[in-house]
Amino acid sequence: MAKFEDDKPTINRMDPVAPKPARRRFLQSISASGIAATTGAWAGAAAAQADAREGSQQGKAGPQPAAGVMTVEFVVNGARRKLDVAPNAILLDVLRDQLGLTGTKKGCDHGQCGACTLHVNGTPINSCLSLALMHDGDEITTVEGLATGGKLHPLQEAFWDHDAYQCGYCTAGQLMSGVAVLKDKRIAADDHAVREAMSGNICRCGAYENILAAMQSTRARTKRSA
Amino acid sequence: MRAFDYVRAQDAAQAVASHAQREGAVYLAGGTTLLDLVKLDVMQPTGVVDIHRLPLDRIETLPDGRVRIGAMVTNTTLAFDETIQSRYRVLSEALLSGATTQLRNKATIAGNVMQRVRCGYFRDGVSPCNKRAPGSGCAAIDGHNRNVHAVLGTSRQCIAAHPSDMCVAMAAIGATIQVQGPNGQREIAFLDFHLLPGDTPWKEHALEKDELITHVTLDPPMRNSRSAYLKLRDRASYQFALASAAVIVAVDKGTVSDARIAMGGVATKPWRAKEAEAALIGQPANEAAFQRAAQVAFQGAVPYSQNAYKIPLGMQAIVRDLMTVTA
Repeated sequence: MAKFEDDKPTINRMDPVAPKPARRRFLQSISASGIAATTGAWAGAAAAQADAREGSQQGKAGPQPAAGVMTVEFVVNGARRKLDVAPNAILLDVLRDQLGLTGTKKGCDHGQCGACTLHVNGTPINSCLSLALMHDGDEITTVEGLATGGKLHPLQEAFWDHDAYQCGYCTAGQLMSGVAVLKDKRIAADDHAVREAMSGNICRCGAYENILAAMQSTRARTKRSA
Repeated sequence: MRAFDYVRAQDAAQAVASHAQREGAVYLAGGTTLLDLVKLDVMQPTGVVDIHRLPLDRIETLPDGRVRIGAMVTNTTLAFDETIQSRYRVLSEALLSGATTQLRNKATIAGNVMQRVRCGYFRDGVSPCNKRAPGSGCAAIDGHNRNVHAVLGTSRQCIAAHPSDMCVAMAAIGATIQVQGPNGQREIAFLDFHLLPGDTPWKEHALEKDELITHVTLDPPMRNSRSAYLKLRDRASYQFALASAAVIVAVDKGTVSDARIAMGGVATKPWRAKEAEAALIGQPANEAAFQRAAQVAFQGAVPYSQNAYKIPLGMQAIVRDLMTVTA
């Protein structure tokens, strides 16, 4: 046990809030525009080779990304994050592995199952088919960001009430799609339209009827309270 | 996943220059095809030029009545655009019949035009496939070819169907693809953009080296017409077409005065059936005439071991779609 206690602490995976040191680092460097991604120059494997050749002779002030990585800044569930990522790093993997936000699930990893659905600037996308570097400056919301002030989102409550899950693996993706579908005025309110709009979220347990019931009851409740 | 370099382009010229600078670079728009195929190791770029934020995100009606669509407009945005819904219903319906909400939110118009085939032997990375590994053969011809393989436009080298719904609607409407390359801009007629597999199935489109799609411009809508897209598949949603039809028809006093018919799921490229249109124009707008036109559309069809059903299914798609728009 002592061995582990000596290890450098990493992010507490149960805590969706950004660790304070990372936030401080971000504030210190917010005015520095040193984002390699925006310079128009190739970076990545080639940069890694160059870094290896030049060794530690960079001599520039401030922290530099490690060899072969680039810096990306985005807001996740309201917290600004600045991260060093590989050019081929996938948004889903970065959120799970670097930020410890494991609520977003990896299912098929090919855009077929919807388990990895999250919101980018309010729009649901498959995070398994996006590079982290594509999201510089974006606002990302994961399932960890749905509840506010310790209170579940109405759709989360409805999933509870309607037993809209069995194993739960697809639930985060279902919730993120469901919240967006309910908000989207371009998508009709009838059951058929909701089923169609939710068809990108596969539930292997087959909880579809209860998911639909949860969504439509949330719609009715929101309408009443509006 | 294999490593690659990344660069984000600020404008089209910079994107083209970056692409030309690195052998093995590819353009990255929505990423829904590219990153899928990179994970499968079917595509092996050494660099990606991220173009998804290029200022090519507008849909505008031109003075001549055409509608110009920026390459980075998403499938969702185009499908729900008021102009598209009111003047090009077939296109909106085709877009909404494809993929899923999340994928349509990310996928772009240019990426849709450039999407790759869904043949399992192309995607598995190991089977003989002339598209992926020229000269290795085609495992689909005598293999599993029920779902995503064509009966029109095939060759002994490749029988994979073009997967896009959007492109089928654009083939019916008529369109022009604007591209930018190292030597400036040029236009390619939509029907000339996708190539038949022939003896070079790895050559899928008319783009020259480093060229980038900047816009797709739709022809003006047919006057006094109605249009619709009908997609047939095994399940109700989220599957590539087994057969689909895009039809645009103008009827004057019970007679078809003009018609456009295009097909998906059954052909190796977005398939415009001009002979079928000619057979329909001037005929009464009834089921018998529609059936004759549908037969003409599939005259040259070649069935393979598991997909002969696509010939009657494709014909029925045309007939039913024509019945719907003329009802």
